[in-house]
Amino acid sequence: MDHDLERTVREFIIKNFIFEDDGSLTPETSFLDNGIIDSTGVLELITFVEETYGIKVVDQEIIPENFDSIHNIASFVERRLISLSDARCAAAN
Amino acid sequence: MTQMVCQVDRTHAGEKVVAKVKKNGFSSTSLQLDAAQSVDSISKSIRQSLAKNLKRRGSVVGLSGGIDSTVTLGLCVKAIGPEKVFAVLMPEAGVDEESGRLGELAARHFGVDYTSENITPALEALGHYRRYAEAVRMVIPQYGPGWKSKVVTSDTLSTSGYTYFFLVAQEPGGQTHKVRLPMKPYLEILAATNFKQRTRKMIEYHHADRLHYAVAGTPNRLEYELGFFVKQGDGSADIKPIAHLYKSQVYQLAEHLGVPAAIRERKPTTGTFSMDQGQDEFFFSLPYDKMDLCLYACNNGIPAETVAPAIGLTVDQVKRVFADIDTKRSTTRYLHMPPILVEGVPGVSC
Repeated sequence: MDHDLERTVREFIIKNFIFEDDGSLTPETSFLDNGIIDSTGVLELITFVEETYGIKVVDQEIIPENFDSIHNIASFVERRLISLSDARCAAAN
Repeated sequence: MTQMVCQVDRTHAGEKVVAKVKKNGFSSTSLQLDAAQSVDSISKSIRQSLAKNLKRRGSVVGLSGGIDSTVTLGLCVKAIGPEKVFAVLMPEAGVDEESGRLGELAARHFGVDYTSENITPALEALGHYRRYAEAVRMVIPQYGPGWKSKVVTSDTLSTSGYTYFFLVAQEPGGQTHKVRLPMKPYLEILAATNFKQRTRKMIEYHHADRLHYAVAGTPNRLEYELGFFVKQGDGSADIKPIAHLYKSQVYQLAEHLGVPAAIRERKPTTGTFSMDQGQDEFFFSLPYDKMDLCLYACNNGIPAETVAPAIGLTVDQVKRVFADIDTKRSTTRYLHMPPILVEGVPGVSC
């Protein structure tokens, strides 16, 4: 797991949703269960991921497994970046 | 992910519901109420509220031509008589024009004085149409005059966890486009359309002020409990006579009050967008009769396994609806909040 990814995501969450870092937000903290991010908030997460990492999020990917925690988001982004890189390599060859 | 649990009524009333379901089973009849008794009880509450709490001489009702505002009108008339109730129709050019005709029908049926105030000029002056078109063009650049559009939600029954939104736009020639809305255009569209509800409420309060009347709000329980209203728009009122009633129960009262069939038989709409849009497309997961039963079950601890066969869904689908109910309640809690005071102000209590 790319820890820079997790750190960037964590900073985004704190800056835009929590405003204070009291140390309670862990990589596994569920946003939905803890009332941190609602339906509109997930739109903001999608925009953040798309604009920061150049990924296009399709409808089927808007699920808690990809967006409901710092770890989930970082893992999702990492997988997509790898497949994007693989696709570019394949296209170049 | 931890399964969210619906708020359960653990009072004596909730236990009675569970006992009733065990005895009679769970179906649409679970929402059957004594319409006559309900009308009497609500009427009494309206009278007492006006006299003792609000100190107002009558009530203003904004009429949309739909079942909720019509029943609210009927209840106010039942409570204090038609001479003490004033109705306001607030049509918008090009949107849901049937509403104006049905609103007049309701006003004449209940014998109240009424007026019609077209909100189009106010919306124009506020920049609603310009802001809305600019927001739509963020996702459909070719959107322009003659196009129609609406916003619909993702399908709660087949997805889990999140609700997101699509813009559906129709060209003058009939071709439609459906695009998922990113956050910025979604919020811009929402903010632009909220002008409509807030403009209407401003007009209602104008008439309330000049008559020294109270404004009767018209949300039913689905709308009130799940936050399907605009803050300082249709969410604003002095009294909300049917906010405790499930939509199916509003229909029962409508029949008892003799509401014209044309209004009772009309499908609920939002009356917000230029394309016809059902409330289940925009906000609720299901048509109102099924949504009623899910919310009722959620509120009374009736499990998904009992609800599913009654409404023709799978157990998993009902669980998704329960989770969606919890999410909506949580997300829209903000809409119910009064202003937060940083420090209390002694002497002011509500």
